[in-house]
Amino acid sequence: MLITCPYCGPRDVIEFTYQGDGNRERPQPASQDLDAWNAYVYDRLNPAGDHNEIWQHSGGCRAHLRVVRNTITHEILSTAFARGGHKSADNRAEGRS
Amino acid sequence: MAEQQLPERQSPLEPEYHPGSHGNFEHGVDVILSETRPGSILQLAAWPGEEKRLIEIIRKVTGLALPDGAGGGVSNGTRAVFGFASGKFTVVDEAEGLAQAFAGSITPAIGTLTDLSHGRTAIRIAGPKAEWVMAKFFAIDFALPAFPLGAGRSTNHHDIFAQIQRSGADQFDIYVFRSFARSFWKALCHASEEVGYEVQ
Ligand SMILES: [Zn+2]
Repeated sequence: MLITCPYCGPRDVIEFTYQGDGNRERPQPASQDLDAWNAYVYDRLNPAGDHNEIWQHSGGCRAHLRVVRNTITHEILSTAFARGGHKSADNRAEGRS
Repeated sequence: MAEQQLPERQSPLEPEYHPGSHGNFEHGVDVILSETRPGSILQLAAWPGEEKRLIEIIRKVTGLALPDGAGGGVSNGTRAVFGFASGKFTVVDEAEGLAQAFAGSITPAIGTLTDLSHGRTAIRIAGPKAEWVMAKFFAIDFALPAFPLGAGRSTNHHDIFAQIQRSGADQFDIYVFRSFARSFWKALCHASEEVGYEVQ
C-alpha cells in the first residue's frame, strides 16, 4: 500500500502511522456534554468503502495528513495536509493523489 | 596570551570506523563510505506563510539559493541546504558557527532555528553502486530523474530516521541521529560488502 504524501510523494505505508478515524469531532476540552464525548470516543461509522482517516508521515516529513482510504480495496483516494482543517472525504478533488 | 584549548572532536563511529578496503573488493571498490563531520548542522523551520522569507534569509546568510519545490536543495561543496518537510530545511556547513551567523535574522515571527550540530552524524556514500546500496536500505527511488542533484528526502531505515541529500550524481549524504549513527554505520558497511567498499 502506497500513500502519496503531499510533500514527499508516494511512500510505502510502513513510513506512516495511523492516527484514527478522521470523522471524529472533538468537543471543546471544557465541554460537559457527555453525549458529545461518548460520540467522540466510541461512535464509528466503520464503513465498507471510502473512509476519512488521519495519518502521520511519521517516518518522513512528519506531517499530519487527511487521507481517504477505501476500506475494501485499500485504494488511497486522496491525501492532504491536515492543517487545512477541512474534511477531505467531502472535498475529494483537493489534494487528490 | 595563552593558546585557546579546543576539545578534541570524537566520532561516534570511531570503534567501527576502519579505513581501507573491505568486503568483496577483488574486482574493485564500488562504493566509498566516509564520515563528513560538518561543523554545523542546523534545522530551520518557517511558520506557514513565512517560507519565502526564510528561504531569502538562507540565501543571504549562506549564499545558497534553494530551488522551488518539495525536497529541493543545493550544495556547493562546503555548504548545503535542502527541504526535508513543508517549510523546514536542513542547512549544513563544513565550518562551525553557522547558528551564530543566522542569529537575529530568523525572528520569532518568521520561524525557528535548532542547532543539531551535535545531534546528527553525516555519512557519505559515493561510487557507481551507491544507488544500489541505498535502495537496499530505503524504500524510495534513488534514480537521478526521481531524486535530482541537491534534492533532499526524509525517510527511515528500521525506525532510524534519516535525511538524505544527493550531493553528486553517484553520491549521497545521510544525516542520522548521532546516538544511532554507529549502528547505522555498521549496517551500511554490511550492506556494502557485496559490492566492495572502501572507508576513507
Ligand atoms: Zn511526507
